Amino acid sequence: MFTSVDDVSARLAETGYLASPAVATTVFLADRLGKPLLVEGPAGVGKTELAKAVAAVAGARLVRLQCYEGVDESRALYEWNHAKQLLRISAGRDETWDETRTDIFSEEFLLPRPLLTAIRGDEPTVLLIDETDKADVEVEGLLLEVLSDFQVTVPELGTITATRRPFVVLTSNASRELSEALRRRCLFLHIGFPDEELERRIVRLKVPGIDAALAKSVVRVVGALRAMDLRKVPSVAETIDWARTLLALGAGTLDATLVRDTLGVILKHQDDVQKAAAKLDLDAV
Amino acid sequence: MTAPADATARLTGFVAALRAHGVRIGTGETVDAAQAAAALGFADRVLLREGLAATLLHTTDQRRLFDAVFDLYFPRGVGAPEGETGDRDDLRDRLADALAAGDDILLAQLAVEAVDGLGGYGSSPGSDGWSSYQTLERLRPQTLMARVRDDVRRQGGGEGFTGRLLEDEIRRRIEAFRALVAAEARRRVAERRGRDEIARRAVAPTADRVDFLYAGKDRLAELRRTVQPLARKLATRLAARRRRASRGTIDLRRTLRGSLSTGGVPMRPVLRRRRPARPELVLLCDVSGSVAGFSDFTMLLVQALHDQFSKVRVFAFVNRIDEITGLLDHGAADPEGLGARIRAEATLTGWHGSSDYGVALGEFAERYAGAVGPRTTVFVLGDARTNMSDPNLAAVRQIAERARHVHWLNPEPRAQWGTGDSAAYAYAELVAMHECRNAHQLGALIGRLLPV
Ligand SMILES: Nc1ncnc2c1ncn2[C@@H]1O[C@H](COP(=O)(O)OP(=O)(O)OP(=O)(O)O)[C@@H](O)[C@H]1O
Ligand SMILES: [Mg+2]
Repeated sequence: MFTSVDDVSARLAETGYLASPAVATTVFLADRLGKPLLVEGPAGVGKTELAKAVAAVAGARLVRLQCYEGVDESRALYEWNHAKQLLRISAGRDETWDETRTDIFSEEFLLPRPLLTAIRGDEPTVLLIDETDKADVEVEGLLLEVLSDFQVTVPELGTITATRRPFVVLTSNASRELSEALRRRCLFLHIGFPDEELERRIVRLKVPGIDAALAKSVVRVVGALRAMDLRKVPSVAETIDWARTLLALGAGTLDATLVRDTLGVILKHQDDVQKAAAKLDLDAV
Repeated sequence: MTAPADATARLTGFVAALRAHGVRIGTGETVDAAQAAAALGFADRVLLREGLAATLLHTTDQRRLFDAVFDLYFPRGVGAPEGETGDRDDLRDRLADALAAGDDILLAQLAVEAVDGLGGYGSSPGSDGWSSYQTLERLRPQTLMARVRDDVRRQGGGEGFTGRLLEDEIRRRIEAFRALVAAEARRRVAERRGRDEIARRAVAPTADRVDFLYAGKDRLAELRRTVQPLARKLATRLAARRRRASRGTIDLRRTLRGSLSTGGVPMRPVLRRRRPARPELVLLCDVSGSVAGFSDFTMLLVQALHDQFSKVRVFAFVNRIDEITGLLDHGAADPEGLGARIRAEATLTGWHGSSDYGVALGEFAERYAGAVGPRTTVFVLGDARTNMSDPNLAAVRQIAERARHVHWLNPEPRAQWGTGDSAAYAYAELVAMHECRNAHQLGALIGRLLPV
């Protein structure tokens, strides 16, 4: 898919994703070694966005399994369409039960879910398993099986093997520790907060029209906030939101009043706002 | 950096050094790492480092260790820097400029020159070396603060709102420079003494392997930041154990109800989940000076795990015992202040300030007998050093008889148990005593010993 790490960076940038060297290198290797990519990091650093960008670059369809507490095989893998099966049974043509049974357990009555969808199909596919840590431990066993052989067995239909392996991205916020077995299947990428220069570029790309000097100030203030001991430090998503807000307010430069009035866009907890205001000397205004 | 002739040996040595620091790396990962190196080449150090990290590591907490070891096996340069190294004043001038500009590449280069010019000591082979301490003592980068700030201001960089961020930013750059100097000194020493040995000895272990008893303030602060991730890891492990324990019998009614959609054929048996009540936990913590770091950390960890239990009560003692469960509830908001608050607000000492296990445990058995019952697991945290007073074995026996389990976690190395005033072996005859010297051991013990 990619010829070099630079090729990864350049093509991701074209779709609007600015990759750090760590991100570009790991994406390149995941493609080369054909291994799933496990991306961990705080909220809002672009984990989900990365998978979307890879799909865009590869001209691949994006299949997304959004994990949540209670997600199970029938949501992740496949399910039989019971209602339709019942209809078919009660429509009762002239046939034996054996014939009916063969019929209702055929493709027509199968509801494929993301994992199965990603494995079938011949087109290039990016499979995004988002927020894996939200799913229960049982689901990991299922993922492990699918990601080992890229095949799924439906007892009534037989084994379905991928003709073309999808590029797999799993994301996690580490709200729960994923099992060692699953980790060992994957290449590991931690996305942290970008360095100042990269974050400045992200802001200017995502908030066109923002003045370069203002973008720089925004990133410096966010950097200072991250160095404080806050309950929730601002992420890239908040930096972008703040820059957008400032642009909408028509601000040309930062001043203490403006920062104080818009701090709520960057910080979500009231005690964080207070702590930051004190440290940044905003109370004086 | 071109492909080193001994690329394979280099990579194997690197992996061995990481393993020696407790990073678990299997053969599969090593093969992946070799493939990554082949695909990326050795020309670009940053790409190589990221590629090896992606294949060899599976969690974030080992990354700092990884980077330090990587710097030794795939160093930025070889030997001394080329050209003349300036004298101290010249270095300080250029360092001030680089700090003002925030130029990372220049800072790395200056670290190399600084160690070469200021860090060497000794002259006879065997006694000579390179010291980051000496380099930094002579260069004193922290004293450049005011000068760099004024330089930046003079160039118009300190104006407007962000001017107030300047000092902190410069301070962070100076910190980064100090780390660069430390890494460079290690590299130079490794060239002399062999990198395998330096990787083993001079690279600081990950925070979870630092002895509680010898951890300095910085390391304890770093450790506190690992409480939440460790708690999450343990919660996952406990949940898995709980699930295994509760996997039980078939629920006939629900199985039949479920079978309606399969024409009455019971295809999926529904298992009945036993929902055992969660266990109760009592902590008895020695918070006297010698073991305070250990106790504080363990209390925070237990607090972070509190929803794994139906009830948690925490008691602290030095030579008197007092309940501090309430203080701990607030401890989550301000973990650094926890120790100080306990010592300020609880009654832990009588006429003198040193530990007395016998009196404290006796007081617990007497005053708080109701806290321990057949569903309670008791953890005692402390070094069992009684200052030569009576260990009061009867009190411990009494607690052990009432509780479901009693475990004693001792932060001292096993080899020191029973030496001097340690009553460790006397207590160990009555309750299970475990060596618990660092966060890694603590995590393993809690994951294994807690009832689910
Ligand atoms: N490197 C980047 N290049 C371009 N945009 C980025 C980058 N990093 C983050 N963003 C932007 O930040 C926002 C948040 O990204 P995203 O939703 O992918 O975060 P996330 O890591 O998946 O967070 P969560 O854990 O909350 O799901 C998006 O709007 C995305 O466009
Ligand atoms: Mg996301």
